[in-house]
Amino acid sequence: MNSFTVKGWALALSLIGLVLTTYKAHELGLPLTPRQNTDVWTLQAQVSFEGTGAPAKLSLFIPENTPGFMLLDEDFISSRYGLTIAKLHDNRRADWAIRRAKGDQTLYYRISVARSNLRTDWESKPDFPAAPDYPEPYASAIQAVIEDVREESADVKSYTQELLKQLNSSAPNENVELIRDKATSTGQWTREIINVLKGVRIPARTIWGIDTSDSANNAPLRPLLQVHNGDNWLTFNPETGKQGIPANYLVWKVGDRHIMKLEGGNDPAIAFSVTRTYAELIDVARQGAATRDSFFSKFSLLSLPIQNQNVYQLLLMLPLGALLVVFLRTLIGLQTFGTFMPILIAMAFRETQLFWGVIMFSMIVSIGLMIRFYLEKLLLLLIPRLASVLVIVVILMLLISLITNQLGIERLLSISLFPMVILAMTIERMSIIWEENGAREAILQGIGSLFVACLGYVVMTNENLMYLIFVFPELLLVVLGLCLWMGSYTGYRLMELVRFKGMQGKETE
Amino acid sequence: MRFFATPRELRQQGVLGMNQRNVDYIMRYNPRKLYPLVDNKLETKRLALESGIAVPELYGVVEIEHQIQHIEKLLADHRSLVIKPAHGSGGNGILVINGRMGNYFRKANGSLLAIKTIQHHASNILSGMYSLGGVPDKAILEYRVDFDPMFEHISYQGVPDIRIIVFKGIPTAAMIRLPTRDSDGKANLHQGAVGLGVNIATGETSYAVHRNKIVDHHPDTGYKTTGMEIPHWDTILKLATQCADRVGLGYLGVDIVIDRKLGPLMLELNARPGLNIQLASGQGLLRNLQMIEAHPHLPTEIDARLKLAKDLGNMRIPEKE
Repeated sequence: MNSFTVKGWALALSLIGLVLTTYKAHELGLPLTPRQNTDVWTLQAQVSFEGTGAPAKLSLFIPENTPGFMLLDEDFISSRYGLTIAKLHDNRRADWAIRRAKGDQTLYYRISVARSNLRTDWESKPDFPAAPDYPEPYASAIQAVIEDVREESADVKSYTQELLKQLNSSAPNENVELIRDKATSTGQWTREIINVLKGVRIPARTIWGIDTSDSANNAPLRPLLQVHNGDNWLTFNPETGKQGIPANYLVWKVGDRHIMKLEGGNDPAIAFSVTRTYAELIDVARQGAATRDSFFSKFSLLSLPIQNQNVYQLLLMLPLGALLVVFLRTLIGLQTFGTFMPILIAMAFRETQLFWGVIMFSMIVSIGLMIRFYLEKLLLLLIPRLASVLVIVVILMLLISLITNQLGIERLLSISLFPMVILAMTIERMSIIWEENGAREAILQGIGSLFVACLGYVVMTNENLMYLIFVFPELLLVVLGLCLWMGSYTGYRLMELVRFKGMQGKETE
Repeated sequence: MRFFATPRELRQQGVLGMNQRNVDYIMRYNPRKLYPLVDNKLETKRLALESGIAVPELYGVVEIEHQIQHIEKLLADHRSLVIKPAHGSGGNGILVINGRMGNYFRKANGSLLAIKTIQHHASNILSGMYSLGGVPDKAILEYRVDFDPMFEHISYQGVPDIRIIVFKGIPTAAMIRLPTRDSDGKANLHQGAVGLGVNIATGETSYAVHRNKIVDHHPDTGYKTTGMEIPHWDTILKLATQCADRVGLGYLGVDIVIDRKLGPLMLELNARPGLNIQLASGQGLLRNLQMIEAHPHLPTEIDARLKLAKDLGNMRIPEKE
């Protein structure tokens, strides 16, 4: 019963941890490994017009809903202008205003995005359009096409697909040709299709976006067709009929209203440019977390100030070290001085690097031990003796730092981060075990501790683990679950298989 | 010859592992609040005296640094005695004084100590050097057991003691720990003492284990260790059972010594008895433990329980539900 409860908790905690991790990895686009590079696209809209000296007002649609992309940063460069941003359904509009605009005026809007598997929902839900009164001869042509398509389709999606197929057919019939003749641009073509779709009362609209496949100085806005199937907006390429928003397509605005509107000026012009840069995925995720409003990004360690982040990066590795100790002690059966002492030593190794850390540790402990044996002869009280050992440890570290500084081994200067109290306690404990249980036992346990410290170092400095636990601290729940599980483990320890191997011989003898 | 056993083999032997001992026996049958009764040897002694359990006589207790001076007087009165920490574990911090030579005192291994060294040892005990967690401790001075002549040939210095595991009031396994030169006179298998299995039913010794090897003689004296009969065996079993009843711990290790004149004396109790007894007795603990756990009605009378203990070896393992 008890064991079931423990295993239940262990399982539940691990599951919660894993589910949260997967959710975050998926929803926030947080990468699972560090040092993953990603493209960051910076899109710039340059708006210019000729001021007349009168008050000017300029409105520009800017991206609101960007499926497939994560908004990292956006910037308005428009020094003397007042700026307001209006949210409209599925759209956003920047309104610049100025009391007096004279001469050439240039305003910039800049947005940085990175690709992510972010799903976004379109806000607006359309009404069914009224079937229009098409003028002849289009009315009969459209009607014929509608009838043809209807026979081939079952729902909104298949209807749209079939319609696009017929309208874009390479061997069009005369009805289609008649409809096609009206369109001179893709935008117009999309409007034609929407018009036809109205005939069967399917709500449809155009979305405009920019392709981000490479850096470009004059990137055009490209239209796509969207139809509403009662639940969702489905996107189609109006010319190929291909469904879905292409991976590199950034939706800039929804609907057919003009991208910008100018009041009080002449010759408005707009140009889009696309720049591609690289960034580490984690930085991108960090920025994304900062700009997004979700619960998870607010309660993410990534939103802490950088120096606090560094502290936590260190702290979060401790549970992993503890988990390692639990594993080595309950499943393997290794003996160490003190339960978590090796982990603290391992933390110190982080600064000195493993090789020098081990050398320093062995040096300080052995010299400390020798002095400690002499102190034993002086018959001192315990606490003063411990304090003396501590002082000696500090002096040793000081000497090592001074000597290595002279020798020019800078690495060892960071030895000062060695946990002195822990070292002093280790020396004390080791000397007691030495005296009570013999040198063999003391040295074995010393080596055992050092071994665990080395393993701890390897685990605690593993970049992937450091990154994982920091970005997904909910993995601590998994660590906790594992600890609980091992806490109720009643099987043999690996060392016991060796320890009790003599039992068989005895039985048969 | 392999240097390890498979978990399956160990399970067949009924070997109790450390993890299982902790989770299934110690945590389940030993309420933590009873630990102080056994962890504090003074408390154990008081309890034993109250309930008429034979223990080595208490000469004195050193509680504060100042009282260390009394040791000299006690040594003058008794010639030989044992100084040990009240909260010691694993036999650590025990100093046995055998006698006196002029201004010096003789340790069990024959080396001579000045009174200052002995006092320093007591001081170390007080400051918690041997207690769990290093908390300040008390030093106990007590009668030095003059062990039964039976053990004369099979121990080297030190005092051999009998360890009995009592589970739910029933003695389940027993061994004798014989000090060796290797173990520096300490009766701790880990430090090189010999573990000698004892048949619960007969009190007869079987093979012994020394440093994980099976032997049938004492490594220092060369005397045969098998087939000896432990004197006062029934009294010893009874003593162990009484101890378990008195402290109320379900899974208890009782350490008993046999004094030449006083007979069996309870030395100390252990709420977390080690697993080496399995090596010494060549038999896993699990079989008997599980049989006692599965027993429908354990007798309450001490005699009936001792009888059950002696019958355990012949009983069939009950089917698991």
